[in-house]
Amino acid sequence: MTDNRLVAEEISVSYNSTRILHDVSVAFPPGRITAILGPNGCGKSTLLRAVARLHPLDAGRVMCGDTDMSTLSRRACARLIGVLPQSAIVPDGVRVADLVARGRYPHQGWFGRDSSDDDAVVLSALTATGMVELAHRPVDELSGGQRQRAWVAMVLAQDTDILLLDEPTTSLDIAHQIDLLDVLAARNRERGASVIMVLHELALAARYADHLLVMHGGRIIAAGAPHEVLTVDTVRRAFGLESCIIADPVTETPMVVPVSTLH
Amino acid sequence: MTGWRRVAGGTGCSADGHVPALRLSALRAGARHRAILVAGLCVAGVVGLAFTALLLGATSLPATRVVATLFGGGDPGEQLIVLGLRAPRIAAALLAGVGFAMAGATFQSLLHNPLASPDILGISGGASLGALVCLLVLGATGPLVALGAFAGAMGVAFVIWAVAWNRGLHGIRFVLVGVGVAYLCGALVGWLIASANVRVALSAFQWTVGSVADVRGDSLGLLTVGTAVCAGWVLVRSRMLRPLVLGDDRARSLGVRVNAARGELLGAAVLLVALATSVTGPISFIALCAPAIARRLVGHGSAAVGTAGVIGAALTLAADVAGQFAIPGLVAPVGIVTGILGAPYVLWLLARTDRRGPQ
Repeated sequence: MTDNRLVAEEISVSYNSTRILHDVSVAFPPGRITAILGPNGCGKSTLLRAVARLHPLDAGRVMCGDTDMSTLSRRACARLIGVLPQSAIVPDGVRVADLVARGRYPHQGWFGRDSSDDDAVVLSALTATGMVELAHRPVDELSGGQRQRAWVAMVLAQDTDILLLDEPTTSLDIAHQIDLLDVLAARNRERGASVIMVLHELALAARYADHLLVMHGGRIIAAGAPHEVLTVDTVRRAFGLESCIIADPVTETPMVVPVSTLH
Repeated sequence: MTGWRRVAGGTGCSADGHVPALRLSALRAGARHRAILVAGLCVAGVVGLAFTALLLGATSLPATRVVATLFGGGDPGEQLIVLGLRAPRIAAALLAGVGFAMAGATFQSLLHNPLASPDILGISGGASLGALVCLLVLGATGPLVALGAFAGAMGVAFVIWAVAWNRGLHGIRFVLVGVGVAYLCGALVGWLIASANVRVALSAFQWTVGSVADVRGDSLGLLTVGTAVCAGWVLVRSRMLRPLVLGDDRARSLGVRVNAARGELLGAAVLLVALATSVTGPISFIALCAPAIARRLVGHGSAAVGTAGVIGAALTLAADVAGQFAIPGLVAPVGIVTGILGAPYVLWLLARTDRRGPQ
């Protein structure tokens, strides 16, 4: 088992010379589910992309265990951290099984072909996401929810102890959101994998995550367990929204109920 | 649309002790068998076509004599015709076809665009321009002209690269800059020919349409070795296309150094085109059509780089044979034939793109 303590140390990130993240330091609890929350444009996707090495750092460093991530090759990095970014191109005709098998790429050499070991991992990823029956179907013919599961299966097939997911549930209906989060929670429980994801849905974040990070203006303004972090004050500071916090009737986790001037 | 919800409830079939009846190796073998079948049929086609081309010509030779000559027999006259005239021409058509088609497949796959082939992007145009500058401006002849064509193709690729580079290489930028550069090369080629004297302009003609009629000796040897090396390189490294076609972010997160990988593959593809054009001149449309045909035949979203090479060889040789013998008394260089056959294909592709989005 590799060391999966992931820590960002005073990282700053810019897009086109506009500073997005300002000296952000954060330790992601190993083996736990962390959700990053915040209003649009607060830098939460940027934080995830910076940690995933999809965006260069202006300053600071990201450590995985005792290793500075920037000293690792991309391949070595891809064996430690699986990433589900937002943007994707689905080439026509690629079948689900083939797409998921591409998750094995960082484990294969120059002439690497899918071996039976790879097959076992791919099959377990397909099983975990309930995609076995769709394995022979072209990805571009699937519904949005099924397609997202195929992508998640690809990341699971990467077989890493850390998973980073950028808004994995966006554009899915509520049932598909729950299903996807169940898959990730199972991965966390069964494998001890750290799951770090950007979410928009506060109630689902509080329900599934052990640890919440709330961001505003390129900084982290609150971090901790859901019942500590999700307060009327934090929601006001992050989103500029008045709210009531009630207990989720199913899980007792905090649930943010917005208060608008009309109601 | 939430059909998988039932399956997901237990996070997987194994929870119910139900073993899924899925054999990934069988699924993959199916796809591989199809690719092998397609490639095998194409190779058989190429061999048949090459043999037919050996039989055709001004002097009619019986098949038995051609076979005997191929295996070291035959009289000096037969040896000259079969080994000295026909075989080099066939070999040049096949090798150039492989080079153009594999380069096209690599470009189209990397740039996510079925129209992004080296001839549309001005790399073949750069070769024409380089050759004509040597021939008409510098007054050079022979191997120097081929060298000029090679330098022109590489130079244009570098210019496109330099202009399109913006903290990384983006498909659509590369394509747009390439199309612009292609027009520029075309205009300069036209200007050079228009201002040259008639006799020289006629010999310059080959460098604008592409012909395999006079390829032999050293240049054929160079084409053979160069194409073998570059094609082998592209074939081995085309494995990187599997993550690369999913987009830059996904490829990076799968451990690919995206800019380096793209640079390497595009570089090898440009080398293939530069080599082929420096020997035969620009043979249009092979780089555009062959990969598309290969992708359709192989299916399953494969970039089909190897199959494209075989199909490119077959198309180029077929076009050269057609140019020589299809219409009695009328001989057209291979570049003209591929142009005539390729243009309707592009129109069809554009019409289809309009309806469904690019394939």
